[in-house]
Amino acid sequence: MEYFLELLFSGLTRGAIYALIALGYTMVYGIIGLINFAHGEMYMIGAFTALIVSSVLSIYGLPLPAILVLAALAAAIWAGAYGFTVERLAYRPLRDAPRLAPLISAIGMSIFLQNYVLLAQTSDFVPFPSLVPEFAFLEPYGAIVDSSGLTILAVSTLVMTALTLLIKFTRTGKAMRATAQDRKMALLVGINVDRIISLTFVTGSALAAVGGLLIASHIGQINFAIGFIAGIKAFTAAVLGGIGSIPGAVLGSFVLGLTEAFATGYVSSDYEDVFAFSLLVLILIFRPAGLLGKAATEKV
Amino acid sequence: MKNLPMPTGKDIRHALLTGLWFMFLTFPLLVIKVDPAEQSVTWRWANLVWVGGVSAAVALACRLLAAYRAARVERLRRLPDQTAPQPKLPLLFRPERLLPLGTLAMLFFLAFPLVFSTYQVNIMTTALMYVILGLGLNIVVGFAGLLDLGYVAFYAVGAYTYGLLHLHFNLGFWIALPIGGLLGALFGILLGFPVLRLRGDYLAIVTLGFGEIIRLVLENWGAFSQGPSGIADIPRPGLFGLDMTLDQSLVYQYYLTVAMALATVFVVNRLRHSRIGRAWFALREDEIACQAMGIDKTAIKLTAFALGAAWAGMAGVLFAAKTTFINPASFTFLESAIILCIVVLGGMGSIAGVVLAALILMLLPEYLRALAEYRMLVFGAVLVVMMIVRPRGLMSPPRQTYSPSR
Repeated sequence: MEYFLELLFSGLTRGAIYALIALGYTMVYGIIGLINFAHGEMYMIGAFTALIVSSVLSIYGLPLPAILVLAALAAAIWAGAYGFTVERLAYRPLRDAPRLAPLISAIGMSIFLQNYVLLAQTSDFVPFPSLVPEFAFLEPYGAIVDSSGLTILAVSTLVMTALTLLIKFTRTGKAMRATAQDRKMALLVGINVDRIISLTFVTGSALAAVGGLLIASHIGQINFAIGFIAGIKAFTAAVLGGIGSIPGAVLGSFVLGLTEAFATGYVSSDYEDVFAFSLLVLILIFRPAGLLGKAATEKV
Repeated sequence: MKNLPMPTGKDIRHALLTGLWFMFLTFPLLVIKVDPAEQSVTWRWANLVWVGGVSAAVALACRLLAAYRAARVERLRRLPDQTAPQPKLPLLFRPERLLPLGTLAMLFFLAFPLVFSTYQVNIMTTALMYVILGLGLNIVVGFAGLLDLGYVAFYAVGAYTYGLLHLHFNLGFWIALPIGGLLGALFGILLGFPVLRLRGDYLAIVTLGFGEIIRLVLENWGAFSQGPSGIADIPRPGLFGLDMTLDQSLVYQYYLTVAMALATVFVVNRLRHSRIGRAWFALREDEIACQAMGIDKTAIKLTAFALGAAWAGMAGVLFAAKTTFINPASFTFLESAIILCIVVLGGMGSIAGVVLAALILMLLPEYLRALAEYRMLVFGAVLVVMMIVRPRGLMSPPRQTYSPSR
């Protein structure tokens, strides 16, 4: 039973991280219909920025909670800035191009950013400091729950709630939904579509960066290539839930996280990713538009 | 370039702001370097100056170029007696030049090993293998419009077919080649069945997942594939049992690859104008209309997957024979992405374009070796810039028309 709970918790933690990244994918896809292959790099850049900021601050001797908050802030700001810049340089000129052109541009951007970090920092794995303090009240449950995992869950729930509120109840959120529904129409009713798209990229990248910081502190090491596999997984999760749908992305992420955790725990850790992708294929066979996606009826 | 516009104050301000923005953007990653073991920080301020200067200069150049272009379009529009200016294709891309250029290219490829070193020949062989792969994927993505992000799986199937057949049954290259192609096609159909109902990006992610599954199985099922350590000592292709030195066999392999690439170009070109080819185009343009014309959607989707995968399978056998060593690390998603880049960059559905793009993309990193560790950085940037400059690819084929009377 304890083993089951441990796996459940680790699955939820994974799911939360996937969700933070998948939200960015799904928001961008919903708004401009692009698979943003460079999105995983935002997560990686967030983790690296957090590493640099927290190391500098810890040399100056700041207390741990302050470092955590400042590092998260810096990661979100800079990853957001990178997201904004990438959209401006690589996607905006291609907005009316054939569908595959921005995809290739995104792949190019992803290769570029990975090598940029490799050259600017290092190609090795670097140790990442554990930024989350140990909570004393968790001591009796130490075998099942750890404090960084709990922080991941808490922070991601908070962030997702905030995002939902933003999208549901603010003017900006309304503009985002309108742009996702019909870009041309949104333009006609006076929404600054370019700004909304930029904002979507900034928000998505900032979320991914927070995810990057949390998982890096949980695992304890990062390198320039971590964005790729995390990005693929998060994208899988977004598609699993029905791409373009925000609750879908969250649901898909948790389904994926739990499946992986239980599969590695009860079957074999070698085939972790195989389970993830097989689950995806199976679900898409029976629900071709994802768990929460609506099958679009086509008018002729 | 005459009438080059002078930079106005606005342009200069824009350039300066861009420079400042990039200085801010790259500040943490490019300037600060922390050594966690020694708890020391290195500040590399020189990088900041470089980034600011270069990005400001590039921004200014881009703006001036845009202004120059806009001015030229305006001038052309004002010329009397002229309807909208017809954009002319660059000399190289005009269809009527295809035959002489093709002949020239043929001569170049035939003479290549006589002129260049074995090292260069080896690189060219690799590039030609990507021509085959690009043309194969072009069937799926370019002709039928099915976005496939896991194409490398079939390449792996081909390579492992030869590797395992040699390992267990001591079979040679010439027997493995058709078997590799067949198995590739079989796996193509295997992938095709579950994804028949999916469209667009759902298809893309499932194919990506399929590619990863194949690679992970090869990596983890040690009893079957020898796991990450791979299969070594795969023989190079033979020629009626002749003994060849290493150099000779490399050159032989080069000509073999040229022949394969030529055969691919021929077959794919014939396929394009065939009944199946036209059905693929119909499917790409509009799935519903295609069905309404009485085309069996299931059958032609599966043929596209199978035929595309067959080429990848054969290219895989060639690859195994060329490198004499295979392991799962050669078949990552990056390979699929690069092959897809070849197809899109070449111009979806254009055969000459795909050949050209394959050669450019494969030879580029080799000749960028002078840039040492910067080459992949430049490669990524080139992909982005090429897409922005030519979003339809190097040669986007004109729509095929068929005259009723012939």
